[in-house]
Amino acid sequence: MALKDKYADRIQHHLSKYPETRSAVMPLLYIAQEEYGYINDEGVAEVAEILDMDPTQVRSIAGFYTMYSEKPKGKYWLQVCTDLACALNGADQFHKDLKEYLGVEEAGTSEDGLFTVEHVMCLAACDKAPMLQCNFHYMENLDMEKMKAWIEEKRAEYQAELDKANQ
Amino acid sequence: MSDTPKILLRGDEIENLREIDVYVDNGGYEGFKKALQMGSDGVINEVKAANLRGRGGAGFPTGVKWSFIPKDEPVKYVAVNADESETGTFKDRLIMETNPHQLIEGALICAYAIKATAVYIYLRGEFWDVAHELDKRIAEAREAGYLGENILDSGWSCEMYTHLGAGAYICGEESALLNSLEGYLGQPRVRPPFPANKGGGLYKEPTVVNNVETLSNVPWIIVNGADEYKKIGTDQSTGTKLFCVSGHVKNPGVYELPFNTTFRELLFDVCGGPRKEGTSFKAMLPSGGSGPIVPLTDEVLDSPMTYEDTAKLETIIGSASLIIMDDTVDITWVASKVIKFFRHESCGKCTPCREGTYWLDKVVDRIMAGEGRERDIQLIDNVAKNMQGLTLCALADFAANPIIHTIRHFPDDFMQHVKSDEELAAAGD
Repeated sequence: MALKDKYADRIQHHLSKYPETRSAVMPLLYIAQEEYGYINDEGVAEVAEILDMDPTQVRSIAGFYTMYSEKPKGKYWLQVCTDLACALNGADQFHKDLKEYLGVEEAGTSEDGLFTVEHVMCLAACDKAPMLQCNFHYMENLDMEKMKAWIEEKRAEYQAELDKANQ
Repeated sequence: MSDTPKILLRGDEIENLREIDVYVDNGGYEGFKKALQMGSDGVINEVKAANLRGRGGAGFPTGVKWSFIPKDEPVKYVAVNADESETGTFKDRLIMETNPHQLIEGALICAYAIKATAVYIYLRGEFWDVAHELDKRIAEAREAGYLGENILDSGWSCEMYTHLGAGAYICGEESALLNSLEGYLGQPRVRPPFPANKGGGLYKEPTVVNNVETLSNVPWIIVNGADEYKKIGTDQSTGTKLFCVSGHVKNPGVYELPFNTTFRELLFDVCGGPRKEGTSFKAMLPSGGSGPIVPLTDEVLDSPMTYEDTAKLETIIGSASLIIMDDTVDITWVASKVIKFFRHESCGKCTPCREGTYWLDKVVDRIMAGEGRERDIQLIDNVAKNMQGLTLCALADFAANPIIHTIRHFPDDFMQHVKSDEELAAAGD
Protein backbone atom coordinates (compact mmCIF):
# COMPACT_ATOMS: atom_id res chain seq x y z
CA MET A 1 0.00 0.00 0.00
CA ALA A 2 1.38 3.36 -0.99
CA LEU A 3 2.47 5.89 1.64
CA LYS A 4 -0.10 8.43 0.51
CA ASP A 5 -2.93 5.99 1.29
CA LYS A 6 -1.54 4.23 4.33
CA TYR A 7 -0.44 7.45 6.10
CA ALA A 8 -2.99 9.81 4.55
CA ASP A 9 -3.91 11.58 7.80
CA ARG A 10 -0.36 12.15 8.95
CA ILE A 11 0.75 13.35 5.54
CA GLN A 12 -2.21 15.71 5.34
CA HIS A 13 -1.40 17.07 8.81
CA HIS A 14 2.16 17.91 7.76
CA LEU A 15 1.06 19.45 4.45
CA SER A 16 -1.40 21.68 6.33
CA LYS A 17 1.37 23.18 8.51
CA TYR A 18 3.21 25.00 5.75
CA PRO A 19 2.31 27.55 3.08
CA GLU A 20 4.64 25.72 0.66
CA THR A 21 4.37 21.95 0.22
CA ARG A 22 8.11 21.45 -0.13
CA SER A 23 8.52 22.18 3.61
CA ALA A 24 6.91 18.81 4.33
CA VAL A 25 9.83 16.89 2.76
CA MET A 26 11.50 16.20 6.13
CA PRO A 27 8.43 14.87 7.97
CA LEU A 28 7.50 12.79 4.90
CA LEU A 29 10.99 11.29 4.72
CA TYR A 30 10.53 10.19 8.35
CA ILE A 31 7.28 8.48 7.36
CA ALA A 32 9.00 6.77 4.41
CA GLN A 33 11.79 5.57 6.71
CA GLU A 34 9.25 4.26 9.21
CA GLU A 35 7.49 2.28 6.48
CA TYR A 36 10.49 0.83 4.66
CA GLY A 37 13.08 0.71 7.46
CA TYR A 38 15.39 3.04 5.55
CA ILE A 39 15.30 5.60 2.73
CA ASN A 40 14.88 3.44 -0.36
CA ASP A 41 14.17 4.42 -3.97
CA GLU A 42 10.50 3.59 -3.58
CA GLY A 43 10.10 5.90 -0.58
CA VAL A 44 12.01 8.69 -2.32
CA ALA A 45 9.82 8.35 -5.44
CA GLU A 46 6.61 8.47 -3.40
CA VAL A 47 7.67 11.51 -1.36
CA ALA A 48 8.75 13.26 -4.56
CA GLU A 49 5.41 12.54 -6.18
CA ILE A 50 3.36 13.79 -3.20
CA LEU A 51 5.37 17.03 -3.02
CA ASP A 52 5.81 17.53 -6.77
CA MET A 53 9.58 17.48 -6.36
CA ASP A 54 12.31 15.84 -8.37
CA PRO A 55 13.41 12.51 -6.78
CA THR A 56 17.03 13.71 -6.98
CA GLN A 57 16.15 16.71 -4.80
CA VAL A 58 14.46 14.45 -2.26
CA ARG A 59 17.46 12.12 -2.29
CA SER A 60 19.84 15.03 -1.66
CA ILE A 61 17.80 16.12 1.39
CA ALA A 62 17.89 12.55 2.73
CA GLY A 63 21.65 12.40 2.17
CA PHE A 64 22.34 15.69 3.95
CA TYR A 65 20.87 14.70 7.33
CA THR A 66 22.30 11.92 9.50
CA MET A 67 18.97 10.68 10.85
CA TYR A 68 17.81 9.41 7.47
CA SER A 69 19.47 6.08 6.84
CA GLU A 70 20.26 5.12 3.28
CA LYS A 71 20.75 1.47 4.10
CA PRO A 72 18.74 -1.01 6.20
CA LYS A 73 19.37 -0.99 9.95
CA GLY A 74 18.79 -3.44 12.75
CA LYS A 75 15.58 -3.37 14.77
CA TYR A 76 17.43 -1.28 17.36
CA TRP A 77 19.55 1.52 15.92
CA LEU A 78 22.03 2.43 18.66
CA GLN A 79 23.69 5.81 18.12
CA VAL A 80 26.31 6.30 20.80
CA CYS A 81 27.46 9.83 21.54
CA THR A 82 31.28 9.92 21.57
CA ASP A 83 31.61 13.69 21.52
CA LEU A 84 33.93 15.53 23.90
CA ALA A 85 31.69 15.87 26.97
CA CYS A 86 30.65 12.20 26.83
CA ALA A 87 34.19 11.06 25.97
CA LEU A 88 35.49 12.74 29.15
CA ASN A 89 33.29 10.23 30.95
CA GLY A 90 34.30 7.07 29.11
CA ALA A 91 32.08 7.15 26.01
CA ASP A 92 34.83 6.02 23.61
CA GLN A 93 35.56 2.89 25.65
CA PHE A 94 31.83 2.24 26.08
CA HIS A 95 31.29 2.51 22.30
CA LYS A 96 34.20 0.11 21.66
CA ASP A 97 32.99 -2.42 24.26
CA LEU A 98 29.46 -2.30 22.90
CA LYS A 99 30.64 -3.05 19.34
CA GLU A 100 32.82 -5.86 20.66
CA TYR A 101 29.99 -7.43 22.68
CA LEU A 102 27.72 -7.39 19.63
CA GLY A 103 30.54 -8.49 17.30
CA VAL A 104 30.06 -5.58 14.90
CA GLU A 105 32.23 -3.05 13.12
CA GLU A 106 31.34 0.66 13.10
CA ALA A 107 27.81 1.16 11.65
CA GLY A 108 27.47 -2.61 11.38
CA THR A 109 24.50 -4.77 12.33
CA SER A 110 24.64 -7.79 14.65
CA GLU A 111 24.20 -11.25 13.07
CA ASP A 112 20.70 -11.66 14.46
CA GLY A 113 19.75 -8.47 12.65
CA LEU A 114 18.67 -6.78 15.87
CA PHE A 115 21.32 -4.17 16.68
CA THR A 116 23.14 -1.55 14.62
CA VAL A 117 25.85 0.48 16.39
CA GLU A 118 27.38 3.74 15.27
CA HIS A 119 28.89 6.77 16.95
CA VAL A 120 27.31 10.21 16.60
CA MET A 121 28.02 13.81 17.59
CA CYS A 122 26.57 15.54 20.66
CA LEU A 123 23.00 14.53 21.53
CA ALA A 124 22.42 17.22 24.20
CA ALA A 125 22.53 14.90 27.22
CA CYS A 126 26.11 15.61 28.29
CA ASP A 127 25.43 15.33 32.04
CA LYS A 128 24.17 11.74 31.57
CA ALA A 129 27.21 10.20 29.86
CA PRO A 130 27.70 7.60 28.55
CA MET A 131 24.43 7.69 26.66
CA LEU A 132 22.94 6.66 23.34
CA GLN A 133 19.88 7.12 21.22
CA CYS A 134 17.94 3.94 20.48
CA ASN A 135 15.70 4.61 17.47
CA PHE A 136 14.03 7.80 18.72
CA HIS A 137 14.54 7.42 22.46
CA TYR A 138 17.42 8.24 24.76
CA MET A 139 19.12 5.74 27.11
CA GLU A 140 21.27 7.55 29.67
CA ASN A 141 23.86 6.98 32.43
CA LEU A 142 24.87 3.70 30.82
CA ASP A 143 27.56 1.12 31.50
CA MET A 144 28.25 -2.23 29.87
CA GLU A 145 26.52 -4.23 32.61
CA LYS A 146 23.28 -2.34 31.96
CA MET A 147 23.72 -2.69 28.21
CA LYS A 148 24.38 -6.42 28.32
CA ALA A 149 21.23 -6.98 30.41
CA TRP A 150 19.19 -4.84 28.03
CA ILE A 151 20.58 -6.56 24.91
CA GLU A 152 19.84 -10.03 26.29
CA GLU A 153 16.33 -8.93 27.25
CA LYS A 154 15.68 -7.74 23.69
CA ARG A 155 17.12 -10.95 22.27
CA ALA A 156 14.83 -13.02 24.50
CA GLU A 157 11.81 -10.93 23.44
CA TYR A 158 12.69 -11.47 19.79
CA GLN A 159 13.16 -15.22 20.31
CA ALA A 160 9.77 -15.42 22.03
CA GLU A 161 8.18 -13.67 19.05
CA LEU A 162 9.83 -16.14 16.67
CA ASP A 163 8.67 -19.11 18.73
CA LYS A 164 5.14 -17.76 18.82
CA ALA A 165 5.15 -17.27 15.04
CA ASN A 166 6.35 -20.83 14.50
CA GLN A 167 3.72 -22.49 16.68
CA MET B 1 22.42 33.86 45.02
CA SER B 2 19.69 32.10 46.99
CA ASP B 3 17.22 35.02 46.91
CA THR B 4 17.22 35.15 43.11
CA PRO B 5 13.83 34.13 41.75
CA LYS B 6 13.68 31.05 39.55
CA ILE B 7 12.56 32.14 36.13
CA LEU B 8 13.24 29.16 33.89
CA LEU B 9 13.45 26.02 36.01
CA ARG B 10 10.32 26.28 38.16
CA GLY B 11 9.44 22.78 37.00
CA ASP B 12 11.84 21.45 39.64
CA GLU B 13 9.53 22.69 42.39
CA ILE B 14 6.05 22.63 40.87
CA GLU B 15 4.70 19.19 40.11
CA ASN B 16 3.12 18.68 36.66
CA LEU B 17 3.94 22.22 35.55
CA ARG B 18 3.85 20.78 32.03
CA GLU B 19 0.06 20.72 32.16
CA ILE B 20 -1.72 23.89 31.18
CA ASP B 21 -4.03 23.97 34.23
CA VAL B 22 -1.09 23.77 36.63
CA TYR B 23 0.82 26.32 34.57
CA VAL B 24 -2.13 28.74 34.63
CA ASP B 25 -2.62 28.20 38.39
CA ASN B 26 0.99 29.32 38.80
CA GLY B 27 0.59 32.56 36.89
CA GLY B 28 0.81 31.09 33.40
CA TYR B 29 -0.38 33.15 30.40
CA GLU B 30 -0.66 36.28 32.61
CA GLY B 31 2.29 37.70 30.68
CA PHE B 32 0.55 37.07 27.37
CA LYS B 33 -2.69 38.71 28.55
CA LYS B 34 -0.74 41.68 29.84
CA ALA B 35 1.15 41.92 26.54
CA LEU B 36 -2.15 42.21 24.65
CA GLN B 37 -2.99 45.21 26.88
CA MET B 38 0.43 46.81 26.36
CA GLY B 39 0.36 46.65 22.56
CA SER B 40 3.22 45.72 20.23
CA ASP B 41 5.44 48.72 20.88
CA GLY B 42 4.95 48.47 24.62
CA VAL B 43 6.10 44.84 24.60
CA ILE B 44 9.13 45.52 22.41
CA ASN B 45 10.17 48.49 24.56
CA GLU B 46 9.85 46.45 27.77
CA VAL B 47 12.02 43.63 26.37
CA LYS B 48 14.53 46.21 25.12
CA ALA B 49 14.58 47.92 28.53
CA ALA B 50 15.18 44.58 30.26
CA ASN B 51 18.27 44.19 28.07
CA LEU B 52 17.45 40.53 27.48
CA ARG B 53 20.17 39.08 25.26
CA GLY B 54 20.08 36.06 22.95
CA ARG B 55 20.69 32.90 24.96
CA GLY B 56 21.61 30.78 21.95
CA GLY B 57 25.14 32.11 22.31
CA ALA B 58 25.41 35.32 20.31
CA GLY B 59 24.05 37.56 23.08
CA PHE B 60 22.28 39.91 20.65
CA PRO B 61 19.67 42.18 22.33
CA THR B 62 16.30 40.48 21.82
CA GLY B 63 14.11 43.61 21.85
CA VAL B 64 16.36 45.25 19.27
CA LYS B 65 16.02 42.18 17.03
CA TRP B 66 12.22 42.38 17.28
CA SER B 67 12.27 46.10 16.44
CA PHE B 68 13.91 45.38 13.06
CA ILE B 69 10.72 43.73 11.79
CA PRO B 70 8.81 46.01 9.39
CA LYS B 71 5.35 46.84 10.70
CA ASP B 72 3.49 47.05 7.39
CA GLU B 73 4.12 43.55 6.02
CA PRO B 74 1.01 41.33 6.09
CA VAL B 75 2.85 38.01 6.59
CA LYS B 76 5.56 37.56 9.24
CA TYR B 77 6.97 34.62 11.16
CA VAL B 78 8.65 33.57 14.38
CA ALA B 79 11.08 30.66 14.17
CA VAL B 80 12.01 29.21 17.55
CA ASN B 81 15.49 27.74 17.55
CA ALA B 82 15.22 24.47 19.48
CA ASP B 83 17.97 22.80 17.46
CA GLU B 84 20.24 22.63 20.52
CA SER B 85 23.29 20.99 18.94
CA GLU B 86 26.29 22.84 20.38
CA THR B 87 28.62 20.34 22.05
CA GLY B 88 27.99 20.43 25.79
CA THR B 89 24.61 22.19 25.60
CA PHE B 90 21.53 20.53 27.12
CA LYS B 91 19.36 23.26 28.59
CA ASP B 92 16.63 23.88 26.00
CA ARG B 93 15.56 20.25 26.14
CA LEU B 94 15.10 20.60 29.93
CA ILE B 95 12.98 23.75 29.51
CA MET B 96 10.77 22.05 26.92
CA GLU B 97 10.40 18.90 29.02
CA THR B 98 9.63 20.60 32.33
CA ASN B 99 7.99 23.89 31.40
CA PRO B 100 6.76 23.78 27.78
CA HIS B 101 4.00 26.36 28.23
CA GLN B 102 6.49 29.01 29.28
CA LEU B 103 8.18 28.60 25.90
CA ILE B 104 4.82 28.62 24.10
CA GLU B 105 3.81 31.76 26.00
CA GLY B 106 7.15 33.48 25.35
CA ALA B 107 6.91 32.64 21.63
CA LEU B 108 3.33 33.95 21.59
CA ILE B 109 4.35 37.26 23.18
CA CYS B 110 7.12 37.61 20.58
CA ALA B 111 4.66 36.72 17.79
CA TYR B 112 2.19 39.32 19.07
CA ALA B 113 4.91 41.98 19.37
CA ILE B 114 5.81 41.64 15.69
CA LYS B 115 2.25 40.61 14.64
CA ALA B 116 3.44 37.30 13.23
CA THR B 117 1.02 35.02 11.42
CA ALA B 118 2.66 31.74 12.50
CA VAL B 119 5.32 30.34 14.82
CA TYR B 120 7.49 27.37 13.84
CA ILE B 121 9.44 25.62 16.58
CA TYR B 122 12.42 23.91 14.91
CA LEU B 123 13.63 21.04 17.11
CA ARG B 124 16.62 18.84 16.39
CA GLY B 125 15.45 15.45 15.13
CA GLU B 126 16.79 13.69 18.22
CA PHE B 127 14.14 15.54 20.27
CA TRP B 128 11.44 13.32 18.76
CA ASP B 129 9.74 12.65 22.11
CA VAL B 130 10.03 16.28 23.17
CA ALA B 131 8.43 17.48 19.92
CA HIS B 132 5.48 15.10 20.20
CA GLU B 133 4.91 16.16 23.81
CA LEU B 134 5.15 19.81 22.72
CA ASP B 135 2.49 19.17 20.05
CA LYS B 136 0.13 18.12 22.85
CA ARG B 137 0.90 21.27 24.81
CA ILE B 138 0.36 23.47 21.75
CA ALA B 139 -3.02 21.76 21.31
CA GLU B 140 -3.84 22.60 24.97
CA ALA B 141 -2.96 26.24 24.31
CA ARG B 142 -5.17 26.29 21.21
CA GLU B 143 -8.01 24.69 23.20
CA ALA B 144 -7.66 27.45 25.80
CA GLY B 145 -7.98 30.12 23.12
CA TYR B 146 -4.36 31.31 23.06
CA LEU B 147 -3.87 30.23 19.43
CA GLY B 148 -5.98 30.36 16.30
CA GLU B 149 -8.33 33.04 14.97
CA ASN B 150 -8.89 36.34 16.80
CA ILE B 151 -6.99 35.36 19.94
CA LEU B 152 -8.74 36.52 23.16
CA ASP B 153 -10.72 39.02 21.02
CA SER B 154 -7.58 40.96 20.16
CA GLY B 155 -8.27 40.88 16.44
CA TRP B 156 -4.94 39.11 15.94
CA SER B 157 -4.62 35.51 14.67
CA CYS B 158 -1.65 33.18 14.92
CA GLU B 159 -0.79 29.49 14.55
CA MET B 160 2.04 27.44 16.07
CA TYR B 161 3.70 24.26 14.78
CA THR B 162 6.68 22.06 15.54
CA HIS B 163 9.15 20.98 12.87
CA LEU B 164 11.69 18.22 13.41
CA GLY B 165 15.18 18.46 11.96
CA ALA B 166 17.10 15.29 11.17
CA GLY B 167 20.63 15.56 12.51
CA ALA B 168 22.59 18.60 11.33
CA TYR B 169 24.37 20.99 13.70
CA ILE B 170 24.35 23.70 11.05
CA CYS B 171 20.55 23.97 11.28
CA GLY B 172 21.06 25.84 14.56
CA GLU B 173 22.47 28.69 12.44
CA GLU B 174 19.50 30.95 11.77
CA SER B 175 19.60 31.11 7.98
CA ALA B 176 20.34 27.38 7.61
CA LEU B 177 17.42 26.72 9.95
CA LEU B 178 15.13 28.71 7.66
CA ASN B 179 16.39 26.83 4.58
CA SER B 180 15.76 23.54 6.33
CA LEU B 181 12.21 24.64 7.28
CA GLU B 182 11.56 25.45 3.64
CA GLY B 183 12.57 21.92 2.60
CA TYR B 184 16.01 22.79 1.22
CA LEU B 185 19.45 21.66 2.37
CA GLY B 186 20.31 23.15 5.74
CA GLN B 187 22.98 25.51 4.44
CA PRO B 188 23.52 29.15 5.43
CA ARG B 189 22.30 31.95 3.20
CA VAL B 190 24.14 34.96 1.85
CA ARG B 191 23.25 38.02 3.93
CA PRO B 192 21.91 40.68 3.51
CA PRO B 193 18.94 40.39 3.26
CA PHE B 194 18.75 39.42 6.94
CA PRO B 195 15.92 37.26 8.32
CA ALA B 196 14.18 40.36 9.72
CA ASN B 197 13.98 41.93 6.25
CA LYS B 198 11.59 41.21 3.42
CA GLY B 199 13.35 38.64 1.23
CA GLY B 200 15.57 37.27 4.01
CA GLY B 201 13.28 35.35 6.34
CA LEU B 202 11.10 32.25 6.16
CA TYR B 203 9.44 32.02 2.72
CA LYS B 204 11.13 35.41 2.11
CA GLU B 205 8.94 37.09 4.75
CA PRO B 206 10.31 39.03 7.76
CA THR B 207 11.16 36.55 10.51
CA VAL B 208 12.44 36.63 14.08
CA VAL B 209 14.65 33.68 15.02
CA ASN B 210 15.05 33.27 18.79
CA ASN B 211 16.43 30.54 21.00
CA VAL B 212 14.20 28.56 23.42
CA GLU B 213 15.83 29.92 26.56
CA THR B 214 15.64 33.51 25.27
CA LEU B 215 11.87 33.31 24.69
CA SER B 216 11.26 31.50 27.98
CA ASN B 217 12.45 34.63 29.84
CA VAL B 218 9.86 36.84 28.16
CA PRO B 219 6.68 36.03 30.15
CA TRP B 220 8.48 36.81 33.44
CA ILE B 221 9.77 40.11 32.07
CA ILE B 222 6.31 41.20 30.92
CA VAL B 223 4.65 40.21 34.22
CA ASN B 224 7.30 41.64 36.55
CA GLY B 225 8.68 44.45 34.40
CA ALA B 226 12.10 45.30 33.05
CA ASP B 227 13.18 47.03 36.28
CA GLU B 228 12.71 43.85 38.33
CA TYR B 229 14.56 41.82 35.70
CA LYS B 230 17.50 44.21 35.71
CA LYS B 231 17.95 43.70 39.46
CA ILE B 232 19.30 40.25 38.60
CA GLY B 233 22.81 39.96 37.13
CA THR B 234 24.71 43.03 35.87
CA ASP B 235 23.88 45.97 33.59
CA GLN B 236 25.20 44.27 30.49
CA SER B 237 24.21 40.74 31.49
CA THR B 238 20.75 40.99 33.00
CA GLY B 239 18.71 38.13 34.40
CA THR B 240 19.55 34.51 35.08
CA LYS B 241 21.23 32.03 32.77
CA LEU B 242 21.01 28.27 32.48
CA PHE B 243 24.53 26.93 32.89
CA CYS B 244 25.12 23.44 31.49
CA VAL B 245 28.06 21.76 33.23
CA SER B 246 29.56 18.52 31.94
CA GLY B 247 32.88 16.67 31.99
CA HIS B 248 35.02 16.29 35.10
CA VAL B 249 32.83 17.64 37.92
CA LYS B 250 31.11 15.73 40.72
CA ASN B 251 27.61 17.02 39.95
CA PRO B 252 27.13 17.75 36.25
CA GLY B 253 23.78 19.21 35.19
CA VAL B 254 21.84 22.35 34.34
CA TYR B 255 21.78 25.15 36.92
CA GLU B 256 19.91 28.43 36.84
CA LEU B 257 22.00 31.23 38.32
CA PRO B 258 22.37 35.00 37.99
CA PHE B 259 25.00 36.00 35.43
CA ASN B 260 27.24 37.59 38.08
CA THR B 261 27.88 34.24 39.79
CA THR B 262 31.57 33.34 39.51
CA PHE B 263 32.95 30.23 37.83
CA ARG B 264 34.34 29.21 41.23
CA GLU B 265 30.93 29.35 42.91
CA LEU B 266 29.39 27.25 40.13
CA LEU B 267 32.17 24.68 39.80
CA PHE B 268 32.92 24.21 43.51
CA ASP B 269 29.83 25.19 45.54
CA VAL B 270 27.21 23.96 43.09
CA CYS B 271 28.98 21.21 41.13
CA GLY B 272 31.05 19.87 44.05
CA GLY B 273 34.53 20.37 42.57
CA PRO B 274 36.62 17.91 40.53
CA ARG B 275 35.07 14.50 39.85
CA LYS B 276 37.98 12.42 41.12
CA GLU B 277 39.97 12.74 44.35
CA GLY B 278 43.52 13.89 43.79
CA THR B 279 42.81 15.70 40.51
CA SER B 280 42.45 19.42 39.92
CA PHE B 281 40.76 21.45 37.21
CA LYS B 282 42.91 22.11 34.17
CA ALA B 283 40.82 23.68 31.43
CA MET B 284 37.33 24.72 30.43
CA LEU B 285 35.38 25.26 27.25
CA PRO B 286 32.85 27.84 28.52
CA SER B 287 30.62 27.83 25.43
CA GLY B 288 30.71 24.27 24.13
CA GLY B 289 32.92 23.50 21.17
CA SER B 290 32.66 26.94 19.66
CA GLY B 291 34.12 29.26 22.31
CA PRO B 292 37.84 29.69 23.06
CA ILE B 293 39.23 27.27 25.68
CA VAL B 294 40.68 28.80 28.87
CA PRO B 295 42.98 27.35 31.55
CA LEU B 296 41.13 27.17 34.89
CA THR B 297 43.41 29.56 36.76
CA ASP B 298 42.40 31.47 39.90
CA GLU B 299 41.84 34.55 37.74
CA VAL B 300 39.34 32.65 35.58
CA LEU B 301 37.65 30.94 38.54
CA ASP B 302 37.10 34.27 40.30
CA SER B 303 35.59 35.90 37.22
CA PRO B 304 31.83 36.45 37.06
CA MET B 305 30.20 34.51 34.21
CA THR B 306 28.94 37.61 32.38
CA TYR B 307 29.27 38.55 28.71
CA GLU B 308 31.60 41.43 29.65
CA ASP B 309 33.83 39.61 32.15
CA THR B 310 34.37 36.56 29.93
CA ALA B 311 35.37 38.91 27.08
CA LYS B 312 38.18 40.18 29.34
CA LEU B 313 39.36 36.56 29.64
CA GLU B 314 39.44 36.42 25.82
CA THR B 315 36.64 33.90 25.64
CA ILE B 316 32.83 34.01 25.61
CA ILE B 317 30.07 32.80 27.91
CA GLY B 318 27.96 32.19 24.77
CA SER B 319 25.49 29.39 25.39
CA ALA B 320 27.04 28.79 28.84
CA SER B 321 27.89 25.17 28.10
CA LEU B 322 30.83 24.53 30.39
CA ILE B 323 32.86 21.44 29.51
CA ILE B 324 35.32 20.92 32.35
CA MET B 325 38.60 19.02 32.04
CA ASP B 326 40.83 17.88 34.91
CA ASP B 327 44.62 17.56 34.87
CA THR B 328 44.52 13.99 33.50
CA VAL B 329 43.38 15.31 30.13
CA ASP B 330 45.67 15.79 27.13
CA ILE B 331 44.50 19.01 25.47
CA THR B 332 45.70 17.79 22.06
CA TRP B 333 43.09 15.05 22.35
CA VAL B 334 40.49 17.71 23.21
CA ALA B 335 41.43 19.65 20.07
CA SER B 336 41.12 16.48 18.01
CA LYS B 337 37.67 15.70 19.44
CA VAL B 338 36.35 19.20 18.80
CA ILE B 339 37.76 19.46 15.30
CA LYS B 340 36.24 16.05 14.43
CA PHE B 341 32.89 17.47 15.45
CA PHE B 342 33.23 20.49 13.17
CA ARG B 343 34.61 18.46 10.28
CA HIS B 344 31.54 16.26 10.51
CA GLU B 345 29.15 19.18 10.87
CA SER B 346 30.54 21.50 8.20
CA CYS B 347 27.80 21.75 5.59
CA GLY B 348 30.35 21.92 2.76
CA LYS B 349 29.11 25.12 1.15
CA CYS B 350 32.15 27.37 1.80
CA THR B 351 35.64 26.21 0.83
CA PRO B 352 37.62 27.55 3.84
CA CYS B 353 35.36 25.61 6.20
CA ARG B 354 34.92 22.42 4.15
CA GLU B 355 38.63 22.07 3.36
CA GLY B 356 39.93 23.69 6.55
CA THR B 357 38.10 21.37 8.94
CA TYR B 358 39.16 18.35 6.84
CA TRP B 359 42.86 19.25 6.92
CA LEU B 360 42.88 20.32 10.56
CA ASP B 361 41.42 16.93 11.46
CA LYS B 362 43.97 15.08 9.31
CA VAL B 363 46.99 16.92 10.74
CA VAL B 364 45.82 16.75 14.37
CA ASP B 365 45.33 13.00 13.91
CA ARG B 366 48.87 12.79 12.55
CA ILE B 367 50.18 14.65 15.59
CA MET B 368 48.18 12.42 17.94
CA ALA B 369 49.61 9.32 16.24
CA GLY B 370 53.15 10.51 17.03
CA GLU B 371 53.95 11.11 13.38
CA GLY B 372 53.91 14.90 13.57
CA ARG B 373 56.74 17.39 13.59
CA GLU B 374 57.04 20.72 15.34
CA ARG B 375 56.16 22.66 12.19
CA ASP B 376 52.80 20.81 12.03
CA ILE B 377 51.74 22.80 15.07
CA GLN B 378 52.45 26.04 13.20
CA LEU B 379 50.72 24.56 10.16
CA ILE B 380 47.40 23.90 11.93
CA ASP B 381 47.58 27.28 13.66
CA ASN B 382 48.04 28.88 10.24
CA VAL B 383 45.25 26.89 8.59
CA ALA B 384 42.89 27.77 11.44
CA LYS B 385 43.68 31.48 11.23
CA ASN B 386 43.02 31.39 7.48
CA MET B 387 39.51 30.01 8.05
CA GLN B 388 38.31 32.94 10.12
CA GLY B 389 35.97 35.59 8.78
CA LEU B 390 35.84 34.15 5.26
CA THR B 391 32.63 32.15 5.30
CA LEU B 392 28.86 32.66 5.13
CA CYS B 393 28.34 31.60 8.73
CA ALA B 394 30.39 31.34 11.91
CA LEU B 395 31.02 27.58 11.81
CA ALA B 396 34.50 28.04 10.35
CA ASP B 397 35.36 30.58 13.06
CA PHE B 398 34.08 28.17 15.70
CA ALA B 399 36.17 25.36 14.20
CA ALA B 400 39.30 27.53 14.18
CA ASN B 401 38.89 28.46 17.87
CA PRO B 402 39.69 25.10 19.48
CA ILE B 403 42.91 24.85 17.46
CA ILE B 404 44.16 28.42 17.91
CA HIS B 405 43.40 28.64 21.63
CA THR B 406 44.49 25.13 22.63
CA ILE B 407 47.89 25.78 21.02
CA ARG B 408 48.08 29.21 22.62
CA HIS B 409 47.31 28.06 26.16
CA PHE B 410 48.68 24.51 26.14
CA PRO B 411 51.65 24.36 23.73
CA ASP B 412 53.39 21.67 25.83
CA ASP B 413 50.48 19.29 25.35
CA PHE B 414 51.10 19.48 21.59
CA MET B 415 54.91 19.43 21.82
CA GLN B 416 54.93 16.12 23.72
CA HIS B 417 53.51 14.38 20.61
CA VAL B 418 55.86 15.79 17.98
CA LYS B 419 59.51 15.61 17.03
CA SER B 420 61.19 18.97 17.57
CA ASP B 421 63.11 20.66 14.79
CA GLU B 422 66.37 19.87 16.66
CA GLU B 423 65.55 16.16 16.80
CA LEU B 424 64.68 16.10 13.12
CA ALA B 425 67.87 17.97 12.20
CA ALA B 426 69.97 15.56 14.25
CA ALA B 427 68.32 12.68 12.42
CA GLY B 428 69.21 14.34 9.11
CA ASP B 429 65.59 15.05 8.22
